Amino acid sequence: MGFVDNKHLSSAVMQPDQVSPDQGRRSFLQGVLAAGGCILAVDLLPARAGAAPAAVIKTGADAMSVFKTGADAMPHGTVNNPHVFITIDPSGKVTIIAARVEMGTGAARTSLPLIIADEMEADWNHVVIRQGHGDETYFGNQDTDGSRSVRHFFMPMRQTGAAMRAMLVAAAARRWNVPASEVRAENHQVLHAASGRKLSYGDLAGDVAKMPVPAAETLTLKQPEEFRYIGKGRIGMVDLFDITTGRAPYGIDTRLPGMKYAVIARPPVVGGKLVSFDATEALKVPGVEKVLEVQGWPWPSKFQPVGGVAVIARNTGAAIKGREALKITWDDGPNATYDSEAYRKEITATAQKPGLVVRNDGDADAAFAKAARVITADYYLPHLAHVSMEPPCATAVVADGKCEVWAPVQSPGNTFEELVKTLGLPPEAVKVNVTLLGGGFGRKSKCDFVLEAALIARDVKAPVKLVWTRDDDIRHDFYHTVSAEHLEAAIDAGGKVVGWRHRSVAPPIGSTFAAGVTHEIPIELGMGFVDLPYDIANIRCENGEAQAHTRIGWFRSVSNIPHGFAVQSFSAELAHALGRDPKDFLLDLIGPARIVDPRATAEKFWNYGEPFETYPIDTGRLRHVVELVAEKAGWGRKLPQGHGLGIAVHRSFVSYIATVVEVAVDARGNLSVPRVDTAIDCGAFVNPERIRSQIEGAAVMGLSLAKYGALTFKNGRAEQANFDDFPVIRIDEAPQVTHTHIVDSGYNVPPSGVGEPGVPPFAPALCNAIFAATGKRLRQMPIGDQLAI
Amino acid sequence: MTSFTINDRSVTVDVEEDTPLLWVIRDEIGLTGTKFGCGIGMCGVCTVHVGGRPTRSCITPVRAVEGAKITTIEGLAATAAHAVQKAWIDLQVPQCGYCQPGQIMQAAALIRDFPSPTDEDIDAVMSGNLCRCMTYVRIRAAIKQAAAALRGEVTNG
Repeated sequence: MGFVDNKHLSSAVMQPDQVSPDQGRRSFLQGVLAAGGCILAVDLLPARAGAAPAAVIKTGADAMSVFKTGADAMPHGTVNNPHVFITIDPSGKVTIIAARVEMGTGAARTSLPLIIADEMEADWNHVVIRQGHGDETYFGNQDTDGSRSVRHFFMPMRQTGAAMRAMLVAAAARRWNVPASEVRAENHQVLHAASGRKLSYGDLAGDVAKMPVPAAETLTLKQPEEFRYIGKGRIGMVDLFDITTGRAPYGIDTRLPGMKYAVIARPPVVGGKLVSFDATEALKVPGVEKVLEVQGWPWPSKFQPVGGVAVIARNTGAAIKGREALKITWDDGPNATYDSEAYRKEITATAQKPGLVVRNDGDADAAFAKAARVITADYYLPHLAHVSMEPPCATAVVADGKCEVWAPVQSPGNTFEELVKTLGLPPEAVKVNVTLLGGGFGRKSKCDFVLEAALIARDVKAPVKLVWTRDDDIRHDFYHTVSAEHLEAAIDAGGKVVGWRHRSVAPPIGSTFAAGVTHEIPIELGMGFVDLPYDIANIRCENGEAQAHTRIGWFRSVSNIPHGFAVQSFSAELAHALGRDPKDFLLDLIGPARIVDPRATAEKFWNYGEPFETYPIDTGRLRHVVELVAEKAGWGRKLPQGHGLGIAVHRSFVSYIATVVEVAVDARGNLSVPRVDTAIDCGAFVNPERIRSQIEGAAVMGLSLAKYGALTFKNGRAEQANFDDFPVIRIDEAPQVTHTHIVDSGYNVPPSGVGEPGVPPFAPALCNAIFAATGKRLRQMPIGDQLAI
Repeated sequence: MTSFTINDRSVTVDVEEDTPLLWVIRDEIGLTGTKFGCGIGMCGVCTVHVGGRPTRSCITPVRAVEGAKITTIEGLAATAAHAVQKAWIDLQVPQCGYCQPGQIMQAAALIRDFPSPTDEDIDAVMSGNLCRCMTYVRIRAAIKQAAAALRGEVTNG
């Protein structure tokens, strides 16, 4: 059923393999854009009606993947079938499925649907968003972390929308018996210019509902100048009204008929277990209906519950009160002596000794032996807790051999798989409904709380809502790692850095998945450590052993936090020691615009899961954000007494970002932040308004972590439990002004991460600014009272 | 038994008198716009109006509101606080949005008390409300916009 030609297509699409790193990013989309405007092909392939998985078009070699991303390597890849994502109602209402998860970036429920709407020429005013349940074989990967949503789904969502547009055009052309080339789709209508005929999308709903999907390589994507929504930032988040009126449904808001409310008392030490409990007093608390043991798994066991005692009640308040009345004996297990202060000394000592070499350029030993001067510094960053404002929570029903849950999970697909395994139910008997997330930051990628809710619901034989109190959240988190970072620089007689040694020591995320993992795993090494983009001939990165004594997880920007802090603080320290301007010296360290390829010298180099050809380390882009932010922030401007400027730059999640912080430190050592400037180059973008909001939030979060972020252990137990002892900054401490400068790369540069990259450069820029203002160099986080006079 | 009005509706609840008002509103009455965040009155996501005053419902025992008039986020839109919600939407304040009902309840009271709020007024009144997405810079701007809008309405009135 093909018509019209596609002669312009094949020759114009560049295969990623043909693109060399240094010319790549300028060429990927140019090829297709050159072709795109004149293609009128709509080749309808036979496909099964409806949206069975077999009809799903995967991106990859068989599709119009003009730039290859790491999406194909993610579980279940991507899907670009319009029947999966789009339903058109005869009234004209277009329903777009949000298959990924919304936690505030706007990516899942606004930006990705906006891409579909734009390509299919839907009028956003007639679009409604429906949340998809957890099913990756149907929707493709749903694991919403790693700042991947737009990066991996930009092109699949464009293809999805373009396919639906082609189908609408084909349907109208068939009705009018005219060539599809004479028909175009525009703003929710299909038009035939020659005759002036029009059909609304609603008119064509039935025609396209079961139409076979055209092959992706036959589709004509829009030219960027034709974008109606992409890149404009004029569309607000879809949930804004519901959020401001209290109607937005978060995980904690699920209500089912006959639902019970539960909280759990968990072993206070990771690896500990329940010995015995006495529920007599708890059961006397009015409203408490049941107390039961929750199965626990031995540590480490990935995301399986740690076990404990559940109190089930008529409301959450009664359940909490009942829990307070429990008498429990725990066996603390092997981590009972975990002590943060002792551990700090241990990993700092490890960082003084040679470790496993994970990157080795040139001959660092020789460079240090010959150096005119060696400069050394040690940095320390503590554990952090996520403390999303909505704590972990889930509602579950397990009955008649089936399980259905409603939960704020970042990983609906993994949650589904873990439920199937944990409950021993067939996959078709399990359903994961995804709610809005009241913050995620990586915590809600781990589905332990959903498994707990399901286990309780199974035993209680009623719908159960499990809520984690704030104490539970802070005491039983999958914590951001704790790390010691040791830096050395060899300086030659001319004041040039000729050798660089960086030792990182931190209990790894891998320790949560398997016993005996004591070295940073590739995803951690690749986060601002072995991917150092500096123009230094002799570089050695070493990773010392660190045994975990608690559950290590990933927190917004992960190992980029310690690595970035150390590298960017040290860079400014070197500038000071050598009498150089920090910004100029930073540019010297980066060196000329080029592609830095650590694959030759770093083992198992991990590029955020992305093909290096699509997302190389481009020091031209890195330099540009430094220069841009310096210009916009007025680097070098005259400042009032007690003020200082600091700068830092970092590449993470394949985006480039630089921050300038202005601080004011008063005579008593009180710190405030009058202004923050951030420049981000995240390639092609969809929603600049949400990029700004993410970067603003990341800066303030960076300030919060730097000022107060510390989770410590004593006798194996977390020492903090709520916002009184794990403070988060408040509005009176927030920066007065935050400016975000987005590099407009056009659509020739593949999109890259936004949600996380704002965090890593903030703390070093802040501490570099504090040094400029006060002469005090802060090498241990958090700042706490280190500035107090 | 405790009786009060909530969003102009009379209710009587049969729960222990020391039950935090938050759980009565959410679990017993079923209004879920008011959120749980800390349970110790330190984050403000549970903020409701009791007799027009912003109150942390997570540390307010239900017996304390006997006979009181309570407004939650669901009941706010009918009042002048609509200006706050409008400013929140105009400036796209929320990210995840979970804390925003509490922020809005607090801000609605603020602009009644301070029709022309300064930064210091905003810091003083809003510093009990945490936002982990860290939308504070926009919250400041939105409060000023809402206050200005409200002053405009009065002037034009």
